[in-house]
Amino acid sequence: MTTRIEKRFADLKSEGRAALVTFVMSGDPDHATSMAIIKALPKAGADVIELGMPFTDPMADGPSIQAAGVRALKAGQTLKKTLAMVRDFRKDDSATPIVLMGYYNPIYIYGVDRFLVDAKEGGVDGLIVVDLPPEEDEELCLPALKAGLNFIRLATPTTDDKRLPAVLNNTSGFVYYVSITGITGSAAPDATKVSAAVQRIKKHTKLPVAVGFGVKNAESARAIAAGADGVVVGSALIDALKKTLDDTGKGGPATVKAVADLVADIARGVRATGKVAPE
Amino acid sequence: MTVQQQPNSFRTGPDERGHFGIFGGRFVAETLMPLILDLEKAYNEAKADPSFKKEMDSYLAHYVGRPSPLYFAERLTKKFGGAKIYFKREDLNHTGAHKVNNVTGQIMLAQRMGKKRIIAETGAGMHGVATATLCAKFGLPCIVYMGAVDVERQQPNVLRMKMLGAEVRPVTSGSSTLKDAMNEALRDWVTNVSDTFYCIGTVAGPHPYPAMVRDFQCIIGDETRAQMQELEGRLPDSLIACIGGGSNAMGLFHPFLDDRSVEIYGVEAAGHGIPSGQHAASVTGGRPGVLHGNRTYLLMDDDGQITEAHSISAGLDYPGIGPEHAWLGEMGRVKFLSATDEEAVAAFQLCSQLEGIIPALEPAHALARVFDLAPKLPKDHLMVVNLSGRGDKDLASVQAWLEAHKK
Ligand SMILES: Cc1ncc(COP(=O)(O)O)c(C=O)c1O
Repeated sequence: MTTRIEKRFADLKSEGRAALVTFVMSGDPDHATSMAIIKALPKAGADVIELGMPFTDPMADGPSIQAAGVRALKAGQTLKKTLAMVRDFRKDDSATPIVLMGYYNPIYIYGVDRFLVDAKEGGVDGLIVVDLPPEEDEELCLPALKAGLNFIRLATPTTDDKRLPAVLNNTSGFVYYVSITGITGSAAPDATKVSAAVQRIKKHTKLPVAVGFGVKNAESARAIAAGADGVVVGSALIDALKKTLDDTGKGGPATVKAVADLVADIARGVRATGKVAPE
Repeated sequence: MTVQQQPNSFRTGPDERGHFGIFGGRFVAETLMPLILDLEKAYNEAKADPSFKKEMDSYLAHYVGRPSPLYFAERLTKKFGGAKIYFKREDLNHTGAHKVNNVTGQIMLAQRMGKKRIIAETGAGMHGVATATLCAKFGLPCIVYMGAVDVERQQPNVLRMKMLGAEVRPVTSGSSTLKDAMNEALRDWVTNVSDTFYCIGTVAGPHPYPAMVRDFQCIIGDETRAQMQELEGRLPDSLIACIGGGSNAMGLFHPFLDDRSVEIYGVEAAGHGIPSGQHAASVTGGRPGVLHGNRTYLLMDDDGQITEAHSISAGLDYPGIGPEHAWLGEMGRVKFLSATDEEAVAAFQLCSQLEGIIPALEPAHALARVFDLAPKLPKDHLMVVNLSGRGDKDLASVQAWLEAHKK
């Protein structure tokens, strides 16, 4: 059985271009605006949607995504509501893959079994859980794979050749290469170094490799896309969103437009490369 | 919590994956995973190297000033008319708290590993001061993350850290207290992976920290055992200590875990009272979850969002507890009690006035429970309370509390 994620990467590969993976925080700045943003993403050029599950203590995130989580939680976002948003999205989009990304505790408290059932039924395709390394695979990774969800793992510059096989072992869908050591929103990486790192990972796996951290605009996206199967953009979208909020933190149609416009611009950068990383 | 079937020994944990029962583990981002595996390997090698222990013992004796006395608190004992109350005087260590025991070990390990930059989180500032102290002694740059609220209420320690040459970075995310300082330290570590050693101040964090910090703190209990043998010719009957993350408590408790006659009590901070919801009692008022690299009891809401802890004591103002404590609690080996801000302040005053010892607000929580346990116990009951630190840093907080609560 192929998942939406696998199909999407395979399709884009035959089109000869990299995927644009967009990260936004569910419920940021509020439920309605967030829903409108998510629905606008595919039309703007997003190939895969990563939807953040807000958490009070996002230990691997920089100020932008931290603040997005705070806004979402303040507006009343919960894991239950995030799952409901995915269900809502699926009513008119059955093709765009959705990956939920966040930290383990809210899932653990929701209950792993119940979460997997609700996620799968609601149309979630994959999970990225930052604080679950392969050493803790029994917690969620193995049950998720069994439930038919992709479990996407992060590989980082500290994941050396010795460790890569362990990291890739139960990874499915795609590999998310975090291009720098650091928190989200950190400075852009050097594209040639990134492409070399992607090649290193590809020696160990047939899975597509998407690269994240530090992608800000069409130009940096294009540079990364030339050497990878996917480009992840997150903090830049959240920064664009934040600029549209009024003094009380409220968003509106301009918020949706700002995010969609930036996605469209970055999508042009990604599509301009016209090739995927060689095998 | 449900009490489970007891194991043959309580001292064999954790397993090779860092678990104490269901608690503990290694819930960290992939970037950090190779680092904690390296740390575990380096720690195991150091532990097996007699020269490491020899060097550490020498620093503990000549720099820290160990052994710390086991002191008979005669006037308090008389006042309560029951158990004989002994203080394990960790307040007399160089830097004024038990924190320095652990920091000495970790900074020695950092040097063994060739790390050039030290980071730490701190709540009350005692761990920050201890880290800044050892870094000064060994010439290492030191960065301490401290919640902005704690920077405010523990000013004397901020000044000490700065004098010692450390950089104190106030943290304004979240609740601006200890848990947020820990988040920020982890973010620093994720960014500076190659040269940085993260010196965690309590028995929490990902494996191997809970076990390593415990091992470094066990000198408290080991000394207590020998000292009590010398003073009374037998084991103590009960042990009691305050719990922030649980390092001073674990250091005292662990060597006695398999002496089943010894009753063991941990005291959490009840802040404004457990029913108020404004407290830091993660065992009494929380449930198992995952934060800061381990599974343990945590304060949280129904969505799994971590809630803010509340305590007058910055060192206890943390919404979690070390995973080994969580396990010992479930096993029924350690009993968890709590003390409110008000009770701690009263104990702070009484101890100062009857013994001439100004305790830190953290162990004042343990003293508050000693004062109601002791009167009910026979006169030959030997009770040891871990006087984990001295209270100079807290005088302003206590004064402000008393002003605000004038009757
Ligand atoms: C004197 C003192 N006691 C206790 C604590 C609480 O920490 P732990 O529970 O790890 O001993 C602190 C923390 O700052 C402290 O300064």
